[in-house]
Amino acid sequence: MNLLLAIVIGALYSAGFYLILRRSIVKLIIGLSFLSHASNLLVFAAGGLTRGRAPLVPPGSLAPVPPYADPLPQALVLTAIVISFGVTAFALALVNRTYQTTGQEDIDELRRTEC
Amino acid sequence: MLSLLPVLPIVIPLLSGAISLLFWRSLWIQRWIGVGGTGLLLLSTLRLLSEVERTGILSVQIGGWAAPVGITIVADLFSAIMAVLAGIIGFCVAVYSWYGVDERRQSYGYFVFLHVLLMGVCGSFLTGDIFNMYVWFEVMLMASFVLVALGGTPMQMEGAFKYVTLNLVSSALFLAGIGILYGVVGTLNMADLSVKLAQTADPGLVTTLSMFFLIAFGIKAAMFPLFFWLPSSYHTPPPAVSAVFAGLLTKVGVYALIRVFTLIFVQDVVYTHNLILIMSGLTMLCGVLGAAAQFEFRRVLSFHIVSQIGYMTMGLGLNSRLSLTASVFYITHHIIVKTNLFLVSGVIQKMRGTGDLKKLGGLYKTHPSLSVLFLIPAMSLAGLPPLSGFFAKLGLVIAGLRLEQYCIVATALFVSLLTLFSMTKLWAEAFWKPRPDVAEGEDEPRSDDEPMCLTMILPILVLALITLTIGIGAETFFNLADRAAGQLMDPTEYIEAVMRTRS
Repeated sequence: MNLLLAIVIGALYSAGFYLILRRSIVKLIIGLSFLSHASNLLVFAAGGLTRGRAPLVPPGSLAPVPPYADPLPQALVLTAIVISFGVTAFALALVNRTYQTTGQEDIDELRRTEC
Repeated sequence: MLSLLPVLPIVIPLLSGAISLLFWRSLWIQRWIGVGGTGLLLLSTLRLLSEVERTGILSVQIGGWAAPVGITIVADLFSAIMAVLAGIIGFCVAVYSWYGVDERRQSYGYFVFLHVLLMGVCGSFLTGDIFNMYVWFEVMLMASFVLVALGGTPMQMEGAFKYVTLNLVSSALFLAGIGILYGVVGTLNMADLSVKLAQTADPGLVTTLSMFFLIAFGIKAAMFPLFFWLPSSYHTPPPAVSAVFAGLLTKVGVYALIRVFTLIFVQDVVYTHNLILIMSGLTMLCGVLGAAAQFEFRRVLSFHIVSQIGYMTMGLGLNSRLSLTASVFYITHHIIVKTNLFLVSGVIQKMRGTGDLKKLGGLYKTHPSLSVLFLIPAMSLAGLPPLSGFFAKLGLVIAGLRLEQYCIVATALFVSLLTLFSMTKLWAEAFWKPRPDVAEGEDEPRSDDEPMCLTMILPILVLALITLTIGIGAETFFNLADRAAGQLMDPTEYIEAVMRTRS
């Protein structure tokens, strides 16, 4: 499972960076969301994977019985997903507006701020 | 009430922002809340600083969950100083924005997002939890994204695009770093991280990990080689927005760098801090050389932000108490001065309708008082005595000489000279040379300058006076910075303040 996740994360990162380096604005946004997904999965995987052991406290005791899945990385990922959702929504609105005002879909043409 | 003092700088902007939202249709009320809310923020941060200065590091465990489980809000001297600076800048810019930002932008929630931005900035300064810092960064970024794009001119959209993309990449790296850090250490509380990493079995892994944070914060702070987004986006929004960004946002990156590289990642100082030192030198050099090639007021200033960032991180790279003192002092000086310069550029832009140096000129003849108000921060930035910049640079140079890092000291002095050249270029082009005649094929320049209004000049005057005060009363400020650096170099007090269980 760990190996599979590692491959998926690596693939997402490389695809994300590849798409960011393309000239199309839409591909850039897709690349950015790939990057954030890859980071989310990385947080999830780096926290350690434990299958089938939900961190539930049995009746009568004060702590779950180890080994159990660490719930914290999942809470972090949840927060990060919400943030990346909001940011992606903003980025899409920005793309739309940029296209409307500049008429450009090619990043290389967005050069007016440089000189 | 007193025990909640460290939370106030976060709560006040949140409430001001929320209340402003209720008065969406009334610009008048939003402006008053803008000035009043940021004024209250400034007062609360000043109170916080005096309290921290008197009684030592303050901490609040949010929700009553003791550290390291819960989120801790910590205010040590460095955080408190940064929060005060955020308060000063917030207040000055809110007053300036009254007429400095056009009504259309104001009616689309300019003040609301200004409050949210300040909340994110103060939150990043005061949090004691690394994931919480990520969340505050996002709060701040989201507000800054809106502010940079608000108005929607083609220039702004292009600038916003570069700004958004680079910051999102940096956030993704920051999050990845946090994830791996949690996997390795099993905690997110910065004080707890410091304790646990001090006895780590695998320092090599931690050093590798620290590179995630160096790159993520390096992008936010606009360090070499990650600074390209800054000069191509900071000059596009209205000057008031540029001023907040120039003053506060990159400094949040510098703050985060100093925090994690003094508290958490001190395993392999020779490698990490030397790397920071090399990056600092190149940052200074690239920034100032970039500025020399520019001919637009705010673009020159934007490149100077980059070059000044190098000085701040140089103190971190040297890693001694004196150098960190100089860094803290430098950040204080820089935030005031840089915001001031951007505000002056805004006044000029409003008066003449352009920031192009080739079209400007003759301002000294028509507005001698404004020229003096430009000259004070400009010379302070270049480091002429008795202004604040001189003492900031002097501290860094002495620290560098004591550690026998002659190379970086030489770079710092050389860059300082080029900064002076660049500031005199601005002075000569915008103020001194006669106003150019109408060039062919261009619009006729306005025959009369727009009159300056008091609410735009007043913040500039206040900030200029603060620069002078820091310069003349340098010893007081240096001692304060020295104590802040003492807390940074020896984190035991910080750790005790966080771990002390208090509901």
